[in-house]
Amino acid sequence: MARRVYLDNAATTNVSVEVINEMIPCFNMLYGNANSLHGFGREAAGIIDRARDRVAKAINAAKSSEIYFTSGGTEANNWAIYGIAHAYAKKGKHIVTSQIEHHSVLATFARLKEEGFEVSYVPVDANGIVSLAELMHVIRPTTTLVSIMGVNNEVGTIQHIKAIAKTVHEKGAIFHCDCVQAITCMPIDVQELEIDSATISAHKIHGPKGIGALYLKNGIKIRPLIVGGEQEREKRGGTTNVPAIAGFGRAIETTVRELPVYTKKMKQLSDYFIAQVREKIEHVRLNGHSSQRARSIVNFSFECIEGESILLLLDMEGIAVSTGSACASGSLEKSYVLKAMRIPDEIAQGTVRFSFGRNVSKDDVDFVVEKLVQVVAKLRSFSPITKAGRKGGKK
Amino acid sequence: MYNKRVMQEFVNPQNAGGMKGANGIGQVGNMACGDVMKIYLRIDENEVIQDARFKTFGCAAAIATTSIATQLVKGKTIAEALEIKNSQIVDILGGLPQNKIHCSVLAEEALKAAVSDYYDRKEKEAKGIKKAAVNAED
Repeated sequence: MARRVYLDNAATTNVSVEVINEMIPCFNMLYGNANSLHGFGREAAGIIDRARDRVAKAINAAKSSEIYFTSGGTEANNWAIYGIAHAYAKKGKHIVTSQIEHHSVLATFARLKEEGFEVSYVPVDANGIVSLAELMHVIRPTTTLVSIMGVNNEVGTIQHIKAIAKTVHEKGAIFHCDCVQAITCMPIDVQELEIDSATISAHKIHGPKGIGALYLKNGIKIRPLIVGGEQEREKRGGTTNVPAIAGFGRAIETTVRELPVYTKKMKQLSDYFIAQVREKIEHVRLNGHSSQRARSIVNFSFECIEGESILLLLDMEGIAVSTGSACASGSLEKSYVLKAMRIPDEIAQGTVRFSFGRNVSKDDVDFVVEKLVQVVAKLRSFSPITKAGRKGGKK
Repeated sequence: MYNKRVMQEFVNPQNAGGMKGANGIGQVGNMACGDVMKIYLRIDENEVIQDARFKTFGCAAAIATTSIATQLVKGKTIAEALEIKNSQIVDILGGLPQNKIHCSVLAEEALKAAVSDYYDRKEKEAKGIKKAAVNAED
């Protein structure tokens, strides 16, 4: 089979063998409904309890009962924002987020705005870092909720999570943190970081798709989003997805355990990749913070050519990447993240995200660089934009 | 997203690159919108397009449509070239995604811009000759 290299681990990851093994018995042996009183049900409930403990431990939640399983990151973000905003609507109707959040956050804010809530969007700097001064400035006595992501999925910038939490708490509001990307690349200790509510998802950490969790600190009120069942302590209806939850528990446990080794490997690989690209291709720009960034995410803009063309030609070579945000491809809309970082449109057009993962080797990186040099040279050879000249690479 | 025909044209575009001695050059689109197309034509004294090439900044559809446009006009008279419609380009490509149809429109516009550049040049040339003639009389 022809060589294939998957560099889109920020979009999703493969399910690891140990996770699959954890899940398999839940399909055909331990198939009970976790809410049933009989033995089959109790067995399933036991699996859920174990997975809940694992998730709680992975993010250092004070109690396992602070973890609520959801159908994924999108539901957890939707629920946290919608549910907290509504639960505290009597206190105030002002809510705050940043300009670079995931669609699942921005769309919920947009809906709440339609419902009569007031929404403020905090800007970011050129590196994608949320301005604390601006945040302090926008929070008012009527602000109930601030939602800011831990790590951006497009450029990998890491926010000052604890400083944001402290700022939000000083003003008496609740802090929700979308940690879907953060959990892949940094230790998330919800008590240490003073997070009130956090979203995590399994499929970014070699777990199955369709399962995530909301961490909700004891005492924070939330209005349920999915109703019609006693599950998740009457907060989230729906038959518990036992196999996925079992897999999630295993995946997050492994991720946290391997984090120091993994981050070191990601740093080595991506530093090598960045150095190689800069040496061999002219007029390339690295977006996001140079060091305060998820090392697995490398976001490059190649001047004078367009991202989709690069993506498709790399795909022909068996290399999978994404243009900006995978969720945004298919639409003609430019990346709002790069826009918020005030990256000029013409530079943003040539943006490609390379996201590394467990199963990428240095050899793979060499292969990708070789093909990338060819692809960029080819597209630049017939680009009408002259700034970068006609050479794709240095001779 | 794209069919095989579009991908084939995108991966192996025909007439890609600039041209020396072009006498009609048209550029449309802008970087902010994500597409810039430049078409080069060499038109002989009988107004027949002898050669056509292109340079394109943009997505796969932008590259494929300009490639087709340059192939279509080669050997045609200007009058025939101006008859080319974007839908013809889309048909040759076996269809484009709805949100990429605008690329074919841009390709048609780039072609028209190149022809109009040719006429502009001719006009200037004629004026130049006239001017030169007037100067000669002085």
